Amino acid sequence: MRDARGDVKRPIGLRLWLSGGWLILLVLAALLAPWIAPQDPLAQDLFTSRLPPFWEAGAEPGYWLGSDSLGRDVLSRIIHGARLALIVALVAGTLTCVIGTALGLIAGYYRGWPDRIISRFVDIWMAFPPVLFAILLIAVLGTGLTSIIIAIVVIDWTRFARVIRAEAMTQGAMDYVASAQVAGRKRMGTMLTEILPNVLPTIIALLTLEMGIAVIVEAILSFVNLSISTDSPTWGGMISEGRTSVHQAWWVLVFPLITLFLTVLSFSQLGEGLKDRFDPVLR
Amino acid sequence: MYQVRDLRLSFPDMTRKPLFGAAPRIEILRGLSFDVSKGAVLGIVGGSGSGKSTLGRTMLRLLEPTGGSITFNGRDITHLEEDALRPMRAQMQMIFQDPMSSLNPRRQVGGIIAGPLRVQGHDGIPAKVTEALDMVGLPRSFANRYPHELSGGQRQRVGIARAIALRPEFILADEIVSGLDVSSQAQVLNLLQELVRELGLTLAFISHDMSVIRRLCDQIIVLYQGEIVEQAQTADLFAAPQAEYTRTLLDAIPLPDPDQVWA
Repeated sequence: MRDARGDVKRPIGLRLWLSGGWLILLVLAALLAPWIAPQDPLAQDLFTSRLPPFWEAGAEPGYWLGSDSLGRDVLSRIIHGARLALIVALVAGTLTCVIGTALGLIAGYYRGWPDRIISRFVDIWMAFPPVLFAILLIAVLGTGLTSIIIAIVVIDWTRFARVIRAEAMTQGAMDYVASAQVAGRKRMGTMLTEILPNVLPTIIALLTLEMGIAVIVEAILSFVNLSISTDSPTWGGMISEGRTSVHQAWWVLVFPLITLFLTVLSFSQLGEGLKDRFDPVLR
Repeated sequence: MYQVRDLRLSFPDMTRKPLFGAAPRIEILRGLSFDVSKGAVLGIVGGSGSGKSTLGRTMLRLLEPTGGSITFNGRDITHLEEDALRPMRAQMQMIFQDPMSSLNPRRQVGGIIAGPLRVQGHDGIPAKVTEALDMVGLPRSFANRYPHELSGGQRQRVGIARAIALRPEFILADEIVSGLDVSSQAQVLNLLQELVRELGLTLAFISHDMSVIRRLCDQIIVLYQGEIVEQAQTADLFAAPQAEYTRTLLDAIPLPDPDQVWA
Protein backbone atom coordinates (compact mmCIF):
# COMPACT_ATOMS: atom_id res chain seq x y z
CA MET A 1 0.00 0.00 0.00
CA ARG A 2 1.42 3.35 -0.97
CA ASP A 3 2.00 5.70 1.87
CA ALA A 4 2.13 9.29 0.72
CA ARG A 5 2.17 10.94 4.10
CA GLY A 6 5.91 11.60 3.80
CA ASP A 7 5.22 13.70 0.72
CA VAL A 8 2.92 16.04 2.58
CA LYS A 9 4.84 19.23 3.22
CA ARG A 10 4.26 20.98 6.49
CA PRO A 11 5.64 24.45 5.93
CA ILE A 12 6.80 26.36 8.98
CA GLY A 13 4.03 28.92 9.09
CA LEU A 14 4.58 32.66 8.99
CA ARG A 15 3.37 32.71 12.58
CA LEU A 16 6.19 30.45 13.74
CA TRP A 17 8.78 32.35 11.67
CA LEU A 18 7.86 35.76 13.00
CA SER A 19 7.36 34.83 16.65
CA GLY A 20 10.35 32.50 16.71
CA GLY A 21 12.49 35.08 14.91
CA TRP A 22 11.68 37.84 17.39
CA LEU A 23 12.31 35.59 20.38
CA ILE A 24 15.64 34.35 18.98
CA LEU A 25 16.65 37.95 18.38
CA LEU A 26 15.73 38.72 21.97
CA VAL A 27 17.66 35.74 23.34
CA LEU A 28 20.73 36.76 21.34
CA ALA A 29 20.38 40.34 22.58
CA ALA A 30 20.12 39.13 26.16
CA LEU A 31 23.12 36.79 25.87
CA LEU A 32 25.34 39.27 24.08
CA ALA A 33 24.09 42.39 25.88
CA PRO A 34 27.47 43.64 27.20
CA TRP A 35 28.99 43.41 23.73
CA ILE A 36 26.22 44.66 21.46
CA ALA A 37 24.70 47.40 23.59
CA PRO A 38 25.99 50.68 22.13
CA GLN A 39 26.23 52.40 25.53
CA ASP A 40 26.51 51.51 29.18
CA PRO A 41 22.83 51.16 30.22
CA LEU A 42 23.51 52.81 33.57
CA ALA A 43 25.81 55.64 32.46
CA GLN A 44 24.17 58.97 33.21
CA ASP A 45 25.18 62.05 31.32
CA LEU A 46 23.17 65.25 31.52
CA PHE A 47 24.72 66.49 28.27
CA THR A 48 22.98 63.68 26.39
CA SER A 49 19.66 63.84 28.24
CA ARG A 50 16.43 63.43 26.27
CA LEU A 51 18.05 62.84 22.91
CA PRO A 52 15.40 61.91 20.30
CA PRO A 53 15.56 58.68 18.20
CA PHE A 54 17.84 58.66 15.17
CA TRP A 55 15.43 59.95 12.51
CA GLU A 56 14.54 63.15 14.33
CA ALA A 57 16.49 66.40 14.30
CA GLY A 58 18.97 66.71 17.14
CA ALA A 59 19.72 62.99 17.42
CA GLU A 60 23.22 61.89 18.35
CA PRO A 61 24.92 58.91 16.68
CA GLY A 62 25.21 56.01 19.12
CA TYR A 63 21.85 56.81 20.74
CA TRP A 64 19.66 55.06 18.15
CA LEU A 65 16.43 55.09 20.11
CA GLY A 66 17.18 58.25 22.01
CA SER A 67 17.99 58.69 25.68
CA ASP A 68 16.01 59.35 28.85
CA SER A 69 16.05 62.37 31.12
CA LEU A 70 19.19 61.12 32.88
CA GLY A 71 20.94 60.65 29.56
CA ARG A 72 20.84 56.84 29.56
CA ASP A 73 20.61 55.13 26.17
CA VAL A 74 17.13 53.63 25.61
CA LEU A 75 18.28 50.90 23.21
CA SER A 76 21.00 49.71 25.58
CA ARG A 77 18.56 49.61 28.45
CA ILE A 78 16.05 47.60 26.39
CA ILE A 79 18.77 45.12 25.43
CA HIS A 80 19.90 44.71 29.03
CA GLY A 81 16.29 44.58 30.21
CA ALA A 82 15.72 41.60 27.89
CA ARG A 83 17.94 39.53 30.21
CA LEU A 84 15.68 39.94 33.18
CA ALA A 85 12.51 39.64 31.12
CA LEU A 86 13.65 36.36 29.57
CA ILE A 87 14.90 34.87 32.84
CA VAL A 88 11.55 35.66 34.44
CA ALA A 89 9.63 34.31 31.43
CA LEU A 90 11.54 31.05 31.26
CA VAL A 91 12.04 30.26 34.93
CA ALA A 92 8.72 31.51 36.29
CA GLY A 93 6.80 30.18 33.26
CA THR A 94 8.32 26.71 33.50
CA LEU A 95 7.97 26.42 37.27
CA THR A 96 4.35 27.56 37.14
CA CYS A 97 3.68 25.09 34.36
CA VAL A 98 5.26 22.11 36.13
CA ILE A 99 3.54 22.74 39.47
CA GLY A 100 0.13 23.64 38.02
CA THR A 101 0.16 20.78 35.51
CA ALA A 102 1.11 18.18 38.11
CA LEU A 103 -1.67 19.26 40.45
CA GLY A 104 -4.19 19.59 37.61
CA LEU A 105 -3.39 16.13 36.25
CA ILE A 106 -3.69 14.53 39.68
CA ALA A 107 -6.97 16.30 40.42
CA GLY A 108 -8.48 15.54 37.01
CA TYR A 109 -7.35 11.95 36.70
CA TYR A 110 -7.45 10.59 40.25
CA ARG A 111 -10.55 12.56 41.27
CA GLY A 112 -11.80 11.76 44.80
CA TRP A 113 -10.12 13.45 47.75
CA PRO A 114 -7.00 14.73 45.93
CA ASP A 115 -9.35 16.52 43.55
CA ARG A 116 -11.42 17.97 46.38
CA ILE A 117 -8.37 19.34 48.17
CA ILE A 118 -6.72 20.78 45.06
CA SER A 119 -9.93 22.26 43.68
CA ARG A 120 -10.81 23.98 46.96
CA PHE A 121 -7.32 25.46 47.05
CA VAL A 122 -7.68 26.74 43.50
CA ASP A 123 -11.06 28.31 44.31
CA ILE A 124 -9.70 30.10 47.36
CA TRP A 125 -6.55 31.16 45.51
CA MET A 126 -8.46 32.64 42.61
CA ALA A 127 -10.59 34.76 44.90
CA PHE A 128 -7.54 36.93 45.73
CA PRO A 129 -6.94 39.89 43.40
CA PRO A 130 -3.72 38.79 41.69
CA VAL A 131 -1.88 42.11 41.53
CA LEU A 132 -2.56 42.91 45.16
CA PHE A 133 -1.53 39.40 46.08
CA ALA A 134 1.74 39.87 44.19
CA ILE A 135 2.43 43.20 45.87
CA LEU A 136 1.69 41.66 49.26
CA LEU A 137 4.01 38.73 48.54
CA ILE A 138 6.86 40.96 47.41
CA ALA A 139 6.37 43.11 50.48
CA VAL A 140 6.81 40.01 52.62
CA LEU A 141 9.61 38.37 50.60
CA GLY A 142 11.50 41.56 49.82
CA THR A 143 12.36 42.75 46.32
CA GLY A 144 14.66 40.80 44.02
CA LEU A 145 14.60 38.40 41.09
CA THR A 146 13.82 35.33 43.22
CA SER A 147 10.90 37.06 44.88
CA ILE A 148 9.41 38.02 41.52
CA ILE A 149 9.67 34.46 40.29
CA ILE A 150 8.17 33.06 43.51
CA ALA A 151 5.33 35.58 43.35
CA ILE A 152 4.48 34.64 39.76
CA VAL A 153 4.56 30.91 40.49
CA VAL A 154 2.52 31.22 43.67
CA ILE A 155 -0.15 33.28 41.95
CA ASP A 156 -0.38 31.67 38.53
CA TRP A 157 -0.23 27.92 39.17
CA THR A 158 -4.02 27.96 39.47
CA ARG A 159 -4.34 28.86 35.79
CA PHE A 160 -2.65 25.61 34.82
CA ALA A 161 -4.31 23.53 37.52
CA ARG A 162 -7.79 24.60 36.40
CA VAL A 163 -7.36 24.04 32.69
CA ILE A 164 -5.31 20.85 32.94
CA ARG A 165 -7.74 19.38 35.46
CA ALA A 166 -10.65 19.88 33.07
CA GLU A 167 -8.63 18.48 30.21
CA ALA A 168 -7.47 15.46 32.21
CA MET A 169 -11.06 14.76 33.21
CA THR A 170 -12.20 14.67 29.58
CA GLN A 171 -9.29 12.48 28.57
CA GLY A 172 -9.74 10.24 31.62
CA ALA A 173 -13.28 9.40 30.49
CA MET A 174 -12.03 8.12 27.13
CA ASP A 175 -11.98 4.41 26.41
CA TYR A 176 -8.25 4.34 25.77
CA VAL A 177 -7.79 4.94 29.49
CA ALA A 178 -10.09 2.03 30.32
CA SER A 179 -8.13 0.05 27.77
CA ALA A 180 -4.89 0.83 29.60
CA GLN A 181 -6.50 -0.55 32.75
CA VAL A 182 -7.56 -3.69 30.88
CA ALA A 183 -3.95 -4.05 29.77
CA GLY A 184 -2.92 -3.86 33.42
CA ARG A 185 -1.17 -0.52 33.34
CA LYS A 186 -0.78 1.17 36.70
CA ARG A 187 -2.69 4.37 37.45
CA MET A 188 0.45 6.49 37.59
CA GLY A 189 1.72 4.97 34.34
CA THR A 190 -1.61 5.60 32.64
CA MET A 191 -1.55 9.22 33.74
CA LEU A 192 1.97 9.79 32.42
CA THR A 193 1.92 7.72 29.23
CA GLU A 194 -1.70 7.95 28.08
CA ILE A 195 -3.16 11.18 29.43
CA LEU A 196 -0.13 13.48 29.55
CA PRO A 197 0.66 13.21 25.79
CA ASN A 198 -2.94 14.13 25.03
CA VAL A 199 -2.87 17.12 27.35
CA LEU A 200 0.54 18.25 26.11
CA PRO A 201 -0.71 20.55 23.30
CA THR A 202 -2.79 22.44 25.86
CA ILE A 203 0.16 22.58 28.25
CA ILE A 204 2.41 24.05 25.59
CA ALA A 205 -0.15 26.65 24.58
CA LEU A 206 -0.61 27.61 28.22
CA LEU A 207 3.12 27.61 28.91
CA THR A 208 3.91 30.07 26.16
CA LEU A 209 0.97 32.21 27.25
CA GLU A 210 2.27 32.07 30.80
CA MET A 211 5.72 33.20 29.68
CA GLY A 212 4.12 36.26 28.16
CA ILE A 213 2.13 36.85 31.33
CA ALA A 214 5.29 36.49 33.44
CA VAL A 215 6.94 39.25 31.42
CA ILE A 216 3.89 41.45 31.98
CA VAL A 217 3.74 40.72 35.71
CA GLU A 218 7.41 41.62 36.03
CA ALA A 219 6.69 44.86 34.16
CA ILE A 220 3.74 45.60 36.45
CA LEU A 221 5.86 45.01 39.53
CA SER A 222 8.62 47.22 38.15
CA PHE A 223 5.98 49.82 37.39
CA VAL A 224 4.98 49.95 41.05
CA ASN A 225 8.67 49.84 42.01
CA LEU A 226 8.51 46.38 43.56
CA SER A 227 10.74 44.63 41.08
CA ILE A 228 14.49 44.59 41.41
CA SER A 229 16.65 47.60 42.22
CA THR A 230 17.07 50.38 39.68
CA ASP A 231 20.66 49.25 39.10
CA SER A 232 19.48 46.75 36.53
CA PRO A 233 17.27 48.10 33.78
CA THR A 234 13.88 46.46 33.33
CA TRP A 235 11.22 47.14 30.71
CA GLY A 236 8.58 47.79 33.33
CA GLY A 237 10.88 50.20 35.14
CA MET A 238 11.57 52.03 31.87
CA ILE A 239 7.87 52.32 31.14
CA SER A 240 7.16 53.75 34.55
CA GLU A 241 10.04 56.24 34.27
CA GLY A 242 9.03 57.15 30.73
CA ARG A 243 5.48 57.85 31.85
CA THR A 244 6.56 60.93 33.81
CA SER A 245 8.20 62.55 30.80
CA VAL A 246 5.90 61.31 28.06
CA HIS A 247 5.22 64.82 26.75
CA GLN A 248 8.89 65.77 26.48
CA ALA A 249 10.41 62.41 25.49
CA TRP A 250 7.78 59.93 24.27
CA TRP A 251 10.45 57.46 23.08
CA VAL A 252 11.43 56.54 26.65
CA LEU A 253 7.94 55.11 27.14
CA VAL A 254 7.08 53.86 23.67
CA PHE A 255 10.09 51.72 22.73
CA PRO A 256 10.09 49.48 25.82
CA LEU A 257 6.31 49.24 25.45
CA ILE A 258 6.62 48.02 21.84
CA THR A 259 9.30 45.53 22.86
CA LEU A 260 7.11 44.23 25.65
CA PHE A 261 4.11 43.98 23.37
CA LEU A 262 6.00 42.12 20.64
CA THR A 263 7.54 39.73 23.15
CA VAL A 264 4.26 38.80 24.80
CA LEU A 265 2.59 38.42 21.41
CA SER A 266 5.45 36.27 20.14
CA PHE A 267 5.24 33.95 23.12
CA SER A 268 1.54 33.28 22.59
CA GLN A 269 1.91 32.91 18.83
CA LEU A 270 4.85 30.57 19.31
CA GLY A 271 2.56 28.26 21.29
CA GLU A 272 -0.03 28.18 18.53
CA GLY A 273 2.61 27.76 15.84
CA LEU A 274 4.29 24.87 17.65
CA LYS A 275 0.93 23.16 18.06
CA ASP A 276 0.15 23.50 14.35
CA ARG A 277 3.51 22.09 13.45
CA PHE A 278 4.04 19.21 15.85
CA ASP A 279 0.65 17.86 16.91
CA PRO A 280 0.20 14.59 14.98
CA VAL A 281 -3.59 14.79 15.27
CA LEU A 282 -3.71 18.07 13.35
CA ARG A 283 -1.60 16.66 10.55
CA MET B 1 -14.27 -20.14 32.68
CA TYR B 2 -16.59 -17.53 34.17
CA GLN B 3 -19.10 -18.26 36.91
CA VAL B 4 -21.28 -15.28 37.67
CA ARG B 5 -23.66 -15.62 40.63
CA ASP B 6 -26.36 -13.17 41.67
CA LEU B 7 -24.31 -10.26 40.34
CA ARG B 8 -25.53 -6.88 41.54
CA LEU B 9 -24.31 -3.38 40.82
CA SER B 10 -25.78 -0.06 41.84
CA PHE B 11 -24.66 3.56 41.67
CA PRO B 12 -25.70 6.41 43.94
CA ASP B 13 -28.12 8.69 42.15
CA MET B 14 -26.62 12.11 42.82
CA THR B 15 -29.42 13.96 41.03
CA ARG B 16 -31.88 12.83 43.69
CA LYS B 17 -29.55 13.11 46.65
CA PRO B 18 -31.25 14.80 49.60
CA LEU B 19 -29.36 17.68 51.25
CA PHE B 20 -28.38 15.43 54.14
CA GLY B 21 -27.98 11.68 54.08
CA ALA B 22 -27.09 9.18 51.42
CA ALA B 23 -28.26 9.37 47.83
CA PRO B 24 -30.75 6.73 46.67
CA ARG B 25 -29.08 4.03 44.59
CA ILE B 26 -29.90 3.12 41.00
CA GLU B 27 -29.80 -0.60 40.43
CA ILE B 28 -28.07 -1.32 37.13
CA LEU B 29 -27.59 -5.06 37.49
CA ARG B 30 -30.17 -6.91 39.58
CA GLY B 31 -28.91 -10.37 40.37
CA LEU B 32 -27.48 -11.98 37.25
CA SER B 33 -26.34 -15.61 37.26
CA PHE B 34 -24.75 -17.38 34.32
CA ASP B 35 -21.70 -19.38 33.29
CA VAL B 36 -19.37 -18.95 30.37
CA SER B 37 -17.65 -22.23 29.54
CA LYS B 38 -14.28 -22.42 27.85
CA GLY B 39 -14.48 -21.99 24.09
CA ALA B 40 -18.02 -20.69 24.17
CA VAL B 41 -19.21 -17.69 22.20
CA LEU B 42 -21.76 -15.99 24.37
CA GLY B 43 -24.04 -13.29 23.05
CA ILE B 44 -25.28 -10.68 25.50
CA VAL B 45 -28.20 -8.87 23.98
CA GLY B 46 -30.55 -6.19 25.23
CA GLY B 47 -31.95 -2.80 24.49
CA SER B 48 -30.41 0.54 25.31
CA GLY B 49 -29.99 0.91 29.07
CA SER B 50 -30.43 -2.78 29.80
CA GLY B 51 -27.06 -2.92 31.55
CA LYS B 52 -25.20 -5.02 28.99
CA SER B 53 -22.13 -2.79 28.75
CA THR B 54 -22.09 -2.41 32.53
CA LEU B 55 -22.22 -6.19 32.84
CA GLY B 56 -19.26 -6.48 30.47
CA ARG B 57 -17.19 -3.94 32.35
CA THR B 58 -18.03 -5.59 35.65
CA MET B 59 -16.94 -9.00 34.30
CA LEU B 60 -13.55 -7.45 33.47
CA ARG B 61 -13.57 -5.74 36.87
CA LEU B 62 -13.38 -2.22 35.47
CA LEU B 63 -16.29 -1.78 37.88
CA GLU B 64 -16.64 -3.37 41.30
CA PRO B 65 -19.89 -5.26 41.95
CA THR B 66 -21.98 -4.31 44.97
CA GLY B 67 -23.23 -7.86 45.43
CA GLY B 68 -22.88 -11.42 44.21
CA SER B 69 -19.70 -13.01 42.94
CA ILE B 70 -17.61 -13.41 39.81
CA THR B 71 -15.25 -16.35 39.46
CA PHE B 72 -12.71 -16.39 36.66
CA ASN B 73 -10.73 -19.60 36.05
CA GLY B 74 -11.64 -20.80 39.52
CA ARG B 75 -10.54 -17.61 41.25
CA ASP B 76 -12.95 -15.25 42.95
CA ILE B 77 -12.28 -11.81 41.45
CA THR B 78 -15.39 -10.08 42.81
CA HIS B 79 -13.56 -7.71 45.14
CA LEU B 80 -9.96 -8.32 44.15
CA GLU B 81 -7.64 -5.31 44.40
CA GLU B 82 -6.29 -3.84 41.16
CA ASP B 83 -2.75 -4.96 42.12
CA ALA B 84 -3.92 -8.56 42.41
CA LEU B 85 -5.96 -8.31 39.21
CA ARG B 86 -3.09 -6.93 37.13
CA PRO B 87 -1.34 -10.26 36.37
CA MET B 88 -4.74 -11.81 35.49
CA ARG B 89 -5.53 -9.04 33.02
CA ALA B 90 -3.45 -10.71 30.33
CA GLN B 91 -6.05 -13.49 30.25
CA MET B 92 -9.08 -11.22 29.82
CA GLN B 93 -9.06 -8.57 27.16
CA MET B 94 -11.65 -6.24 25.75
CA ILE B 95 -12.52 -4.69 22.41
CA PHE B 96 -14.29 -1.38 22.80
CA GLN B 97 -17.34 0.04 21.13
CA ASP B 98 -15.93 3.31 19.86
CA PRO B 99 -12.68 2.62 18.04
CA MET B 100 -11.80 6.31 17.98
CA SER B 101 -11.88 6.93 21.70
CA SER B 102 -10.41 3.54 22.59
CA LEU B 103 -7.21 4.22 20.64
CA ASN B 104 -4.89 6.86 22.06
CA PRO B 105 -4.96 9.53 19.31
CA ARG B 106 -1.36 10.59 19.92
CA ARG B 107 0.19 7.17 19.63
CA GLN B 108 0.98 5.21 16.50
CA VAL B 109 -0.78 1.94 15.81
CA GLY B 110 2.38 -0.06 16.50
CA GLY B 111 2.69 1.58 19.91
CA ILE B 112 -0.97 1.00 20.69
CA ILE B 113 -0.68 -2.74 20.01
CA ALA B 114 2.67 -2.97 21.81
CA GLY B 115 1.31 -1.20 24.93
CA PRO B 116 -0.33 -4.19 26.67
CA LEU B 117 2.58 -6.46 25.66
CA ARG B 118 5.03 -4.05 27.28
CA VAL B 119 2.95 -3.71 30.43
CA GLN B 120 2.69 -7.47 30.82
CA GLY B 121 6.45 -7.81 30.30
CA HIS B 122 6.55 -9.76 27.04
CA ASP B 123 9.67 -9.90 24.91
CA GLY B 124 10.04 -9.96 21.15
CA ILE B 125 7.43 -7.23 21.00
CA PRO B 126 8.03 -5.97 17.41
CA ALA B 127 7.52 -9.49 16.04
CA LYS B 128 4.33 -9.91 18.05
CA VAL B 129 3.00 -6.57 16.83
CA THR B 130 3.65 -7.56 13.22
CA GLU B 131 1.99 -10.91 13.81
CA ALA B 132 -1.08 -9.26 15.33
CA LEU B 133 -1.34 -6.87 12.37
CA ASP B 134 -1.09 -9.82 9.99
CA MET B 135 -3.80 -11.71 11.87
CA VAL B 136 -6.29 -8.87 11.60
CA GLY B 137 -5.41 -8.30 7.96
CA LEU B 138 -3.82 -4.87 8.22
CA PRO B 139 -0.69 -4.00 6.23
CA ARG B 140 2.46 -3.93 8.37
CA SER B 141 3.17 -0.35 7.34
CA PHE B 142 0.13 0.68 9.39
CA ALA B 143 2.27 0.32 12.51
CA ASN B 144 3.53 3.84 11.81
CA ARG B 145 0.13 5.44 11.41
CA TYR B 146 -1.95 7.40 13.82
CA PRO B 147 -5.53 6.24 14.54
CA HIS B 148 -7.10 9.26 12.84
CA GLU B 149 -5.41 8.25 9.61
CA LEU B 150 -7.43 5.02 9.48
CA SER B 151 -11.01 4.26 8.52
CA GLY B 152 -13.54 3.06 11.09
CA GLY B 153 -13.19 -0.58 10.12
CA GLN B 154 -9.40 -0.38 10.16
CA ARG B 155 -9.46 1.22 13.60
CA GLN B 156 -11.64 -1.54 14.93
CA ARG B 157 -9.14 -4.06 13.53
CA VAL B 158 -6.42 -2.28 15.50
CA GLY B 159 -8.61 -2.67 18.59
CA ILE B 160 -8.90 -6.39 17.87
CA ALA B 161 -5.16 -6.68 17.22
CA ARG B 162 -4.42 -5.06 20.58
CA ALA B 163 -6.72 -7.51 22.35
CA ILE B 164 -5.40 -10.67 20.69
CA ALA B 165 -1.71 -9.67 20.85
CA LEU B 166 -1.64 -10.86 24.47
CA ARG B 167 -3.16 -14.22 23.47
CA PRO B 168 -5.86 -13.99 26.13
CA GLU B 169 -8.25 -16.82 26.96
CA PHE B 170 -11.25 -14.54 27.12
CA ILE B 171 -12.24 -11.52 25.06
CA LEU B 172 -15.15 -9.22 25.67
CA ALA B 173 -16.40 -7.45 22.57
CA ASP B 174 -18.64 -4.54 23.52
CA GLU B 175 -20.86 -3.48 20.59
CA ILE B 176 -17.80 -3.53 18.37
CA VAL B 177 -19.63 -3.21 15.07
CA SER B 178 -22.34 -0.73 16.00
CA GLY B 179 -20.31 2.24 14.77
CA LEU B 180 -19.40 0.71 11.41
CA ASP B 181 -21.15 0.63 8.07
CA VAL B 182 -22.68 -2.65 6.95
CA SER B 183 -19.84 -3.89 4.75
CA SER B 184 -17.20 -3.12 7.40
CA GLN B 185 -19.45 -4.81 9.95
CA ALA B 186 -19.45 -8.00 7.92
CA GLN B 187 -15.67 -7.91 7.49
CA VAL B 188 -15.00 -7.32 11.18
CA LEU B 189 -17.44 -10.07 12.18
CA ASN B 190 -15.85 -12.54 9.75
CA LEU B 191 -12.46 -11.66 11.15
CA LEU B 192 -13.60 -12.13 14.72
CA GLN B 193 -15.20 -15.48 13.91
CA GLU B 194 -12.00 -16.65 12.29
CA LEU B 195 -9.86 -15.55 15.22
CA VAL B 196 -12.13 -17.24 17.73
CA ARG B 197 -11.71 -20.49 15.84
CA GLU B 198 -7.99 -20.14 15.22
CA LEU B 199 -6.97 -19.05 18.72
CA GLY B 200 -9.57 -21.07 20.60
CA LEU B 201 -10.89 -17.92 22.26
CA THR B 202 -13.77 -17.66 24.63
CA LEU B 203 -15.83 -14.68 23.56
CA ALA B 204 -18.57 -12.61 25.12
CA PHE B 205 -20.19 -10.52 22.44
CA ILE B 206 -22.37 -7.63 23.51
CA SER B 207 -24.81 -6.30 20.95
CA HIS B 208 -28.29 -4.92 20.49
CA ASP B 209 -28.51 -6.46 17.04
CA MET B 210 -30.06 -9.93 17.01
CA SER B 211 -28.96 -10.72 13.47
CA VAL B 212 -25.31 -10.12 14.38
CA ILE B 213 -25.66 -12.28 17.50
CA ARG B 214 -27.30 -15.05 15.52
CA ARG B 215 -24.39 -15.25 13.13
CA LEU B 216 -21.66 -15.33 15.72
CA CYS B 217 -22.84 -16.80 18.99
CA ASP B 218 -23.79 -20.23 20.23
CA GLN B 219 -25.43 -19.12 23.48
CA ILE B 220 -27.45 -16.03 24.23
CA ILE B 221 -28.35 -14.06 27.32
CA VAL B 222 -31.17 -11.58 26.92
CA LEU B 223 -31.00 -8.67 29.34
CA TYR B 224 -33.86 -6.38 30.18
CA GLN B 225 -33.55 -3.65 32.80
CA GLY B 226 -30.65 -5.34 34.53
CA GLU B 227 -32.19 -8.79 34.70
CA ILE B 228 -31.76 -11.90 32.58
CA VAL B 229 -35.11 -12.56 30.94
CA GLU B 230 -33.93 -15.43 28.79
CA GLN B 231 -30.87 -17.63 28.56
CA ALA B 232 -30.68 -20.26 25.81
CA GLN B 233 -28.76 -21.83 22.95
CA THR B 234 -28.92 -19.65 19.84
CA ALA B 235 -30.88 -22.09 17.72
CA ASP B 236 -33.45 -22.68 20.47
CA LEU B 237 -33.88 -19.02 21.15
CA PHE B 238 -34.53 -18.14 17.54
CA ALA B 239 -36.81 -21.14 17.04
CA ALA B 240 -38.86 -20.70 20.19
CA PRO B 241 -38.33 -17.49 22.13
CA GLN B 242 -39.72 -17.82 25.64
CA ALA B 243 -39.77 -14.28 27.00
CA GLU B 244 -42.04 -11.54 25.69
CA TYR B 245 -39.07 -9.16 25.44
CA THR B 246 -37.09 -11.63 23.31
CA ARG B 247 -39.97 -11.78 20.86
CA THR B 248 -39.98 -7.99 20.65
CA LEU B 249 -36.27 -8.02 19.88
CA LEU B 250 -36.73 -10.70 17.22
CA ASP B 251 -39.53 -8.75 15.61
CA ALA B 252 -37.21 -5.76 15.37
CA ILE B 253 -34.82 -7.54 13.00
CA PRO B 254 -35.12 -6.00 9.55
CA LEU B 255 -35.73 -8.80 7.05
CA PRO B 256 -34.55 -8.58 3.47
CA ASP B 257 -37.97 -9.44 2.13
CA PRO B 258 -38.56 -8.06 -1.38
CA ASP B 259 -42.30 -8.64 -1.11
CA GLN B 260 -42.69 -6.64 2.03
CA VAL B 261 -45.54 -4.19 1.78
CA TRP B 262 -44.60 -0.70 2.88
CA ALA B 263 -47.52 0.97 4.51
